[in-house]
Amino acid sequence: MSNIHVTTTINGDKVEFLADPRETLLDCLRDKVGLTGSKEGCGTGDCGACSVTVDGTLVCSCLVLGVEAEGKDIRTIEGMAEGGTLHPLQRKFIEHAALQCGFCTPGLLVASKALLDKNPSPTEEEVRYWIAGNLCRCTGYDKIVRAIMDAAAELRGEAA
Amino acid sequence: MKYHTPYSFEEAAKIAAQASGTTRFLAGGTDVLVQMRAGIVLPEELIDLKKIPGVFDMIRNEDGRWRIGAAVPGAKLGANDALVADWPGVVEGMELVGSTQVQGRATLTGNLCNGSPAADGVPALVAAGASVDITGPNGTRTIAVEDIPAGPGKTTLTKGEVISAINLPARGNNGGDAYLRFIPRTEMDIAVVGCAVNLTLDGDVIVAAKVALGAVAPTVIVADEAAKAILGTTLDDAALDKLAAAASAAANPISDKRGSREFRIEVAGVLARRAAKIAYARAKGE
Repeated sequence: MSNIHVTTTINGDKVEFLADPRETLLDCLRDKVGLTGSKEGCGTGDCGACSVTVDGTLVCSCLVLGVEAEGKDIRTIEGMAEGGTLHPLQRKFIEHAALQCGFCTPGLLVASKALLDKNPSPTEEEVRYWIAGNLCRCTGYDKIVRAIMDAAAELRGEAA
Repeated sequence: MKYHTPYSFEEAAKIAAQASGTTRFLAGGTDVLVQMRAGIVLPEELIDLKKIPGVFDMIRNEDGRWRIGAAVPGAKLGANDALVADWPGVVEGMELVGSTQVQGRATLTGNLCNGSPAADGVPALVAAGASVDITGPNGTRTIAVEDIPAGPGKTTLTKGEVISAINLPARGNNGGDAYLRFIPRTEMDIAVVGCAVNLTLDGDVIVAAKVALGAVAPTVIVADEAAKAILGTTLDDAALDKLAAAASAAANPISDKRGSREFRIEVAGVLARRAAKIAYARAKGE
C-alpha cells in the first residue's frame, strides 16, 4: 500500500506528511512531524496521554488515523505555551506539583485546556469527570485537580 | 490496507460488496482502531464514511422525528438541547460510553454495529423505538434497532450493507425515557447490567411503555412482560414490584468477572425500577 499525502494544520502551522493509512495520528505527530509531546501510554484510548484537539474537539490521537487529519485543525501540547511564556495551566501544574514522572502531563494539560475553553468555571466534580480519561499513576489526581481549579480561577481574573 | 473515502453510501456499499477480504467501515473509530491495533481485525479495505454529506447531521423534522447521521459523535448529542429534551435517556446512554476523548469520536451507530451485548448506547434506542437506515448493494431498507445485534461482535447486516443514520420517533407529549447501568465504579467502565425504560402518560396513567435490557443476554433484549407490568398503572409500588420481577425474569445473563448470573438477574430488576421512576418523572415534566 502506498502512502497517502496529508495536508493539515498543526498548532496554526501548515504541515504536510506522507502517512501509511494504518498509522495513527499519534504515530504521525511523533514520527513524521517530530512533535513528541503527545505520548503513547496504551494505544487503545484508555489513558489519554495522547490527547490532542481536532477541529476543537478533544480526542485521543491514538484513535485517529493520520490520514483523517487531512484539512483539519490539530492542536497539541506543543502549541500551548506562547513562546517562552507558559500557559496558566502549565504554570499551575508546576506550582501545585501536579506531576511526578510527567508522562501523563501533556495529555492532562491538553484535556484540561479543552475543558476551560468550554467551561471557564467548572466545579471540582466536573473537572474530575472531564479528566476521567486521563490516567496518572503518580499523583493520585488531587494535585492535578487543584492545579486546574487554580488555573481556572486565574483565567477568570480571580485572585488565587 | 486500502483506505477509501467515498462520497455517498451507495459508493461505500459498492466498495464493501466488491471487497474480497476483511472490510470495516470507519466513523468514530474508537472500536475499529483498537481492534486493528490489537490485531483482532486487520481490514484489507477500510471505508471512512466521514466524507459523505450529512453524516454529521442531527435533524429534527417538523413532525418531531429525529435523524442522527452515522458519524455524529457522543459529545454532539449531549450538546444538542432539543435532542436532550426529547430523548434524555438515549443521550445519557451514549454519554456513558468511554471518556471525554472517546466521546469526541464515538458514535451511536458504531456502538450498535460493534455488537457488544453491553453497549450503553443501544438499550435506550431500542426502548425509544428507534430504527436504522441501511444502504446495501441492493438498495436501502429501514429496520428496528433491536434487529441489528446478532450476538457478541455480530450483526444481522449482510455483506456490503452499511448504516447511514438512526431514526428516532417523535417524542410527542407526556413521554419520558431513561437509561441506567450498573458498574462497580463511577465512570469509565463496561456495563454489568443496563436498562432503558421509555413510557408515555395519559394524566398519571402509563399508556405506552417499552423496556430494554443490556448485558444480560447475547444481545440487547426487549422485555415485553416488564413493559406490560406497568401499562395502565400510575407506577405505584405494586407495579414497580411486578416490573422488577419481570425484568429479572427476562434477563438471561452469563457469569463473568464483572458479575455473576444471579447478581445480574437481581440488578436487572433494580435498574428497571429506578429507570422507570426517572422516565415517569420526566414524562410528568418534573
